[in-house]
This record gives sequence, C-alpha cells and structure tokens, in this order.
Amino acid sequence: MYKPLKKEIVSVLVLNQANVLTRVVSLFGRRGFNIDSLTVSATNNPELSRITIAFSATEQSMQQIITQTEKLEVVKSIFILDRDNSVYRELLLLKVNATEEQRTAIKEIVDIYRGKIVDLSRDSMIIELTGTSEKLDGFMDVMSDHDIVEVCRTGITGLESNAKPKNI
Amino acid sequence: MRMTGSQIVAEVLLEQGVDTAFGYPGGTALNIYDELYKYSDRIRHVLTADEQGAAHAADGYARSTGKTGVVFSTSGPGATNLVTGLATAFMDSIPVVAITVNVPDFLIGRDAFQEICITGVTMPITKHNYFVNNIDDLEEALREAFKIANSGRKGPVLVDITKDVTAAVKEFVPQPPLELKPLPIIDKEDIIAISKMINAAEKPVAYVGGGVIASKACAALKELIEKADIPVVNTLMAAGVINYDNELNLGMIGMHGSVAANRAVDQADLVIALGARFSDRVALNPEKFARRAKIVQVDIDRSEINKNVIIEKCCVGDIRDFLTKIIPMVDDKKHLEWHERVIGWKSKERIVKSPECKLHPKEIMTVLSDMTDDNTIFVTDVGQHQMWAAQYLKHKRPMKFITSGGLGTMGFGYGAAIGAQMGHPKDRVIHITGDGSFHMNLNEACTAVSNNLPIITVILNNRVLGMVYQWQTIFYGERYSNTCPERKTDFVKVAEGFGAKGFRASNIEEFKEAFNKALGESGPVWIDCEINRDERVIPMIPGGKTVEDMIID
Repeated sequence: MYKPLKKEIVSVLVLNQANVLTRVVSLFGRRGFNIDSLTVSATNNPELSRITIAFSATEQSMQQIITQTEKLEVVKSIFILDRDNSVYRELLLLKVNATEEQRTAIKEIVDIYRGKIVDLSRDSMIIELTGTSEKLDGFMDVMSDHDIVEVCRTGITGLESNAKPKNI
Repeated sequence: MRMTGSQIVAEVLLEQGVDTAFGYPGGTALNIYDELYKYSDRIRHVLTADEQGAAHAADGYARSTGKTGVVFSTSGPGATNLVTGLATAFMDSIPVVAITVNVPDFLIGRDAFQEICITGVTMPITKHNYFVNNIDDLEEALREAFKIANSGRKGPVLVDITKDVTAAVKEFVPQPPLELKPLPIIDKEDIIAISKMINAAEKPVAYVGGGVIASKACAALKELIEKADIPVVNTLMAAGVINYDNELNLGMIGMHGSVAANRAVDQADLVIALGARFSDRVALNPEKFARRAKIVQVDIDRSEINKNVIIEKCCVGDIRDFLTKIIPMVDDKKHLEWHERVIGWKSKERIVKSPECKLHPKEIMTVLSDMTDDNTIFVTDVGQHQMWAAQYLKHKRPMKFITSGGLGTMGFGYGAAIGAQMGHPKDRVIHITGDGSFHMNLNEACTAVSNNLPIITVILNNRVLGMVYQWQTIFYGERYSNTCPERKTDFVKVAEGFGAKGFRASNIEEFKEAFNKALGESGPVWIDCEINRDERVIPMIPGGKTVEDMIID
C-alpha cells in the first residue's frame, strides 16, 4: 500500500547536557528515519538547547517518532513547526572559481538573491546567502553554470511566528 | 554527614528500600564493594557466576516482587555483560537500576584497561542512563534513576560512576525517594466514549498484556470482564492475569496461542487492548488483526498508540485507573450467543503428540501445576519449553510466570529464577528450561548452590534446538542446519559436579517420582526430562499469516 511521505520540520527543546544530541539523533536512526537537515543551537534559556530536524515520514510514522522522542528524559518538548505560520532560515556558504571577467555576472546573481560576497581572491570568491531552503536551492541551481568549488549549508532552523513560546 | 561516593551509593539504596542487590566485583568497583561489605547487614549482595546472570537475577527479582531490581558491575567487560540483561528488562518494561563503575575520570577517553563507554552502549536499551564523573551529581543521578525506572512505563536505568567519584567525599543528608512522575490524566470523555462502545458491543474481547501486571490491575480487570461478560485473551507477558479456570479466560493469543483466543479476536466486534502492544508475535498480520472489530487501546505509553495496528479509540493512562473509572459506566450484561461460541472453540483445543512420545511436555506441565501451590513461581528460558509452559501450566496468579517475552533471551531463566527465589525465600521457584537454553546459563548453578537455593530446574531435553528445529521441519524441508548439536552433556553428573542434585526422567511416572524427591531437597535440583525431538509447539500461526492459516496438527 502506498503511503505518501510528508516532509516536516520538528523543533525539539532539550536539556543542555552532554550526549543529548546523540540520544535524539540515535533514536531517529534506530527507528529508521533519515534526517535531511539538523541544527542545534542555544536558546535564551541557558538550560535548554533547540534541535531543529527536517525529515520525511508517513503521517503514522511521524506520530510515532514524535511520541518516541517525547519519551526521552532529556526532551522537554517536541512539536512539528506549523508550515504556514513559521519562519525558516538556512545559511549557505559557496565558493566559486571566478576570473575577473566572470565576477560581474556572478555579482549580479548574488545581488538578485540578496547575498553577500564575503571573501574574494584572485580567482575565486565565497558567497554568503541566508534564506529558506528553497531559495538556497534556487541560488545553487542558477550558480551551477559556474565552476562551484565547495558548498556548505547550515541546515534549517525555524521558529513559529505566534507570540507565545510553545510548550516550554 | 560527610561520606564517600561509595557510601552515598549504599545510602541511596537504603533510602529506596533496597535490601537485595546482585552483581560481580572488579577493579574499578573495589570501593563500592568495600562499602557493600560494611553494609552487608542491611543490603544483601548476591554474587552470581557472571554479570549477565546478575542482570537477569535483578530482572527476575523485580518481576516477581514488583520492586526495583538492582545490579552492580565493574567497568568494561563487566558492564558489557549486563547488556543482554538490560535489553531483556527494557523490552519487557521491568524496573531495574544498574550501577556500573568506570575507570577514573582522568583515564576516560584514553582506552584505559577495562574502559568502555557503557552509557553509549546501553543508550538504546535503557530508559535513560547517567555518566557521573562529579561527586556533586551522584546522589541526584541515583535518586532519579529509581524514579525513572518506576515512572510511567517502567524500564531499566543505568548509572555509570567513575572510580574517583566512588572515593570522593561530600556532605550527604538522606532523603525520602523522589515522587514518581504523575500518571497521565484520563479524559472523562474517553471513559464515556469507550463505555458506550463496550455497552454496544455484541462480541467483545479483552486483549491484555504485561501492562495489566505493571499497574496491578488484575482484580479490576476481573471485575470488568465478569460484569460485562467479556472473554479475555492474554499475551505471553500477561499469563496469570486471570485464573486459568475462569470460564472467560481463553488463554494466550498469537503465534502459539490457543485456537479460541486467536479465533475470538478474529471474530470479535470490539477488541479492548489493555497494556498490550500488538507485537508481531500477536498481530502476526497487522492489516488483518481483529479485522472485524473496532479496537480500543489503553496504554500508559502514548507512543504505543497506533504503533503496530491502527486503532479506533485510545486512552492514554494507567490501566487500573482506567478500569476503576470505567467499571461503573459499563452495563451488567451477558452476550449469550458470543459466550457460547467462544466456549465452544475452547473445548476443541487438542494435544498433538509425536508417534514415539513417551513423555509429553503437557504431562510435565500438568504435574508441575498440580503438585505445587498457588505461590509457586515458574521461570522459563526461551524456546519450545517456554511456549509449552505458557500453554499448559495452570496459571493462577500474576507475577508467577516469569519469562523473557519481547527480547526472547535464551539463558534468561536460571538467573531470573535466582532473583525470584531471593525475592521469595519461602516460596517454591521452578525453572523450566530446554537443553539449548540451559547450556547458555547453567553456570549459575554455582550461585544457587552457594546460596542454598532450592530451585528445581526442569530440563525439557530433546537434544535439539527445538524451536528452530521445528521451523526447519515445517519451512526448510527438514534441513536441520546447526540444530542437532549431538552434545553428550550428562545433566545429572553436571548437577553433581556443581554440588547440586540431578535426576532423570523418561516417562511421566519417573518424572513424578523425581519431582517429588526434588520437592524434599533443600538445595538446587535438576531434572533431566527426555522429550522426543519431533514434539512440536502447536497450534502455530506462521509469521505474517492469520488465524485462517493456523497449523493445528
């Protein structure tokens, strides 16, 4: 039976302790979930960290991994970010080979995407771009005409835009 | 008062009411064991043959007493030997606290002698674990460990302490045990909705699992099923929840469950799952499990809801709490037609014997049930003998059938029996095993002898690895790959070598005589029972199949 996969982003508030990331990530791994993107960061509460995980799952398995994660002693709360009501961002660093003649064309693309050239050498440059994953994908697609050397992305981080913090 | 880390460990155990612990000493655990020596008047430490035996003993102690099992080990190999025992407890939701001692903090991460990151190893098989390398964190970790092990769905917790912490000194003030986490609050609407479903059902079945035992809900369950005339099927973990001779008890469900239990769930219009998890040994085909029924699931663990089988209505909470609230809402009634049909299936159960059968497992189980009292605790290993014990013992009370259900750990039995006997010094403990399983744990005979434990081990000896052999007979064209080991073990002599007693039986009269003698012994006894290798566990539903595909002869 075909079960459609849904891509979701969950936000997990965890105790700020050693090994916490391992506990959460290994749970995803052993329950058979492939993580598409993962970020871990401090919060305004020094005792808590936030893990943002993007992954695909069927609706039933989504419920399963959420309730399993909830059971971990180190997890304070976990919730699916409401797609229409959240802000997601990801940061991209992209190194591209660029001769003097190519620079202008690349700068034009970077400006359209409102990125920044943060490093420039005789024959390459590093571009910084922040935005949704879709925007970053689009930028990479356009840049693929050029000689990309290396790419690094931070993974998604996100917050719901309602005023009240959720489940703290 | 200022105390060392080792004293704090002993003191926190006393706070928690622990008077018995199991384990094995070693280099890093020396400080703790020195303290256990001084506390030996208040905490009895049982030395086992190895740490796996100790972990199973702590588990068997917990299963039979309802208390927390405590096990100690040293670092490295001592700690890794706990793994199978902790995984066994984890799969069956048994509260165990394991205390391991690691190398001193200054050696951590340097591949020191007997260093292993046991918190990393046991992460997937414990509810939680702690690595304590600071004396200030020690008492809290220990107290939390007991709290976590016993809160909500129970399970094992491990506390790994570095050796320097066991010697460090800190001010210590005893405290009462921490309050357990509050039970989930049962929604009144759920109770109303489920009671309506029960009252409207014509063909209800209660499908009960180990959660009923964990929440001490057996009396409430009996009240519900008798009031609303609901037949009951039990999982392996819930044997004894309802007395075997209660008319409504249809026996075990699943792969080797009874015809009546499997049929009843298949034909029911309402299945009420209580503390059961629809495992693949019960819901062999999850798509077709209870296909004509609405399913109601009550469980303390929210992640069990809709995990294996999609259900109609759930209630997250403690089973006893649920039953107490729903019983007044349920109609006092009879389902005459359904009752008759179900009882009809029950009367059709039959025994299949191999042509050369001289001693049938059912005869042994009947003798064991009839010659012992209601307090007797039966502990099994894993395999055919386990299923025969589940099927044919006359289960009368909960917590008297101790078996590894979820993990199916061969070699669980003897250690667990030792734990059960330690928890119940006055009651009879019978360890039922097979020759395959027993070869995995008979080393624990030394523990039973040292402690003079009158455990009777009944070996169903068919000289093959019976359960796998049975599958090879049915599904693999009788190609008996590595299941006929041609071992020449003389169990009577081995028993004597350990300082235990050994008897042999090849027919039921000899067995009765041997068992009778065993009952009179004050130390451990083994009875080696010759069983035909072609005796199969029947009925059987192959994995992925349904009751329609049940093999009954």
